[in-house]
Amino acid sequence: MKSIIYIIIGTFLGIVLYKSEAASWFRIYEMFQFDSFHMYGIIGSALAVGVVLVQLIKRSKTKSFFGETINIPNKEKAFTRYLLGGILFGLGWALAGACPGPMYILTGAGYWPILIVLFGATVGAFLYGVLRGKLPH
Amino acid sequence: MLYQPWPWYVSGPLIAIIMAVLILLGKKFGMSSNLETFCSVGGAGKFTDYFKIDVKSKRWNLLVVLGSVFGGFLGAHVLSPNPAVDITAETVAKLQGLGFESAGKAYLPTELFSLEALSQPMVWIILLVAGVLVGFGTRYAGGCTSGHAISGLSNLQRPSLIAVIGFFIGGLIMNHLLFPLIFGS
Repeated sequence: MKSIIYIIIGTFLGIVLYKSEAASWFRIYEMFQFDSFHMYGIIGSALAVGVVLVQLIKRSKTKSFFGETINIPNKEKAFTRYLLGGILFGLGWALAGACPGPMYILTGAGYWPILIVLFGATVGAFLYGVLRGKLPH
Repeated sequence: MLYQPWPWYVSGPLIAIIMAVLILLGKKFGMSSNLETFCSVGGAGKFTDYFKIDVKSKRWNLLVVLGSVFGGFLGAHVLSPNPAVDITAETVAKLQGLGFESAGKAYLPTELFSLEALSQPMVWIILLVAGVLVGFGTRYAGGCTSGHAISGLSNLQRPSLIAVIGFFIGGLIMNHLLFPLIFGS
């Protein structure tokens, strides 16, 4: 039963990101060229609503649907890993025109070359796991 | 309406609602941690303890991935009679200058994401390198667009702001400085 919930959420996410064109390489290029408000509108309006919803959940001390206490952990304090990791991610995001969510979505849409990107991303995650002891965080 | 591209003021709030529902289920909105789960499932635990995780605890997120694959199928094949993305005329002109003739006519550039394009070794290299950068970068930064730009910033996390600034530094370097070198010739 719980499995169905997550599959439905994922399906909805896939439709929203595809139909908003946030999964389009062209929209990502356009965003980094500052030629259109579209992507900034998506991220900005998601944040405006997201900040309010997160604050409401935190302040009301709402329990989860399963009756557990909700814990939204703070991100670990650091600087280097966020900036360097972020820059590497940004280089790849602009080149692939897709972040991880859209990679799965575009696979479903039938753009098969995205599987090469997804394979590369899995290799990249593996390389991080192997090299993380040697990297500045 | 449903079959047209969805405007930003509909899509953005829906993304926030998806995040909130995941929080209310006791989970979080983060798509890139699945890449690590793939590594663990594939036996990466043999190389480093980092990948020795309880895959069962990550199962819910793999189901979200499975759903998003299905959602992508529905979005493309059921809900979008016209795949062309209506980017601005300036963007189309810039892309044509870089050799992207499909700009304004397709959902993804056919110069990179069609089966015919795969006859060019350079396209394989571009897609693979782009993927490695995304996968390595997102795990180094501890999150991607969903984990930092949406979830982290919604929770007013400074680390997420640093990461998102990094995303844009990297993206702007790629787009403005490296694209002319990669595609311009």
